[in-house]
Amino acid sequence: MSVGIIVFPGSNCDRDVAWALGGCLGLPVRFLWHEERDLAGLDAIVLPGGFSYGDYLRCGAIARFAPVLEEVRSFAERGGPVLGICNGFQVLTEMGLLPGALTRNRDLHFLCQSSELEVRPGASRWLCAYGDGERIRLPIAHGEGRYQIDPEQLLGLEERGCVVLRYTANPNGSVGDVAGLSNPAGNVLGLMPHPERACDPVTGGLDGRRLLAAALG
Amino acid sequence: MPVPIFNARVQVSLRPSVLDPAGEATRAAAARLGVEGVRRLRIGKAIELDLEAPDRATAQARLELLSDRLLANPVIEDWSLDLAEAG
Repeated sequence: MSVGIIVFPGSNCDRDVAWALGGCLGLPVRFLWHEERDLAGLDAIVLPGGFSYGDYLRCGAIARFAPVLEEVRSFAERGGPVLGICNGFQVLTEMGLLPGALTRNRDLHFLCQSSELEVRPGASRWLCAYGDGERIRLPIAHGEGRYQIDPEQLLGLEERGCVVLRYTANPNGSVGDVAGLSNPAGNVLGLMPHPERACDPVTGGLDGRRLLAAALG
Repeated sequence: MPVPIFNARVQVSLRPSVLDPAGEATRAAAARLGVEGVRRLRIGKAIELDLEAPDRATAQARLELLSDRLLANPVIEDWSLDLAEAG
């Protein structure tokens, strides 16, 4: 039982995720370099935040072709739990594991602040420990977190209960106040906020603990 | 006989429905420079490449795949392609 943390050139939240999972929650973790292909012994995968491949071309566009992600795709399609945080969420949309795209914040600012979120767990295995409609606080830190999808598809996502995290005060212009999305099966979650930065009482806020604990829940 | 080389230029632009805050900020800066009358300013990107291919149709097909699957993200971007055989 172990959680795999993918490390791309340019990832910068991989160690934060390892500290939150391992140091704060006591879960075993293993780092996976982007060129690896062996996911044996891993029960969940986290794509951490950062600037994979320098965010060249578009955020997540190059990372999508990393060898390890071919295995992550198969893992996700078999129902394996996959969590994409910030840049990891951008990678999941570029891979097509989640629909839509993340674009430049409405006001162009890099936003580094606390954000209040409303949780609608639906079928998400990552959010099953939160109440329906529960409000939590997680930090955000992104320049390109404005979720974009056409209105019809957004409606479809809402009807299927895939919009599992919404900003209560939209900071970046995301359509539908989307902060996080689940796939219909509930095993894949992508979110712009950073749950790994809300797990250690020293740094303030513990609302991310239940989410990360669900990795091996 | 050498394999022909094609010069291509792929223009990637944000779809009209997608907000372009960087374009808006640049438009505002144009006014501060004293350039008046800029009604619309959208920022995209241009990718120039040289490609070996046996013929024009093959080059076209490869570039379309490349544009659609890597250079642009069709969720938010449109692309167009100019292709010429290198002289």
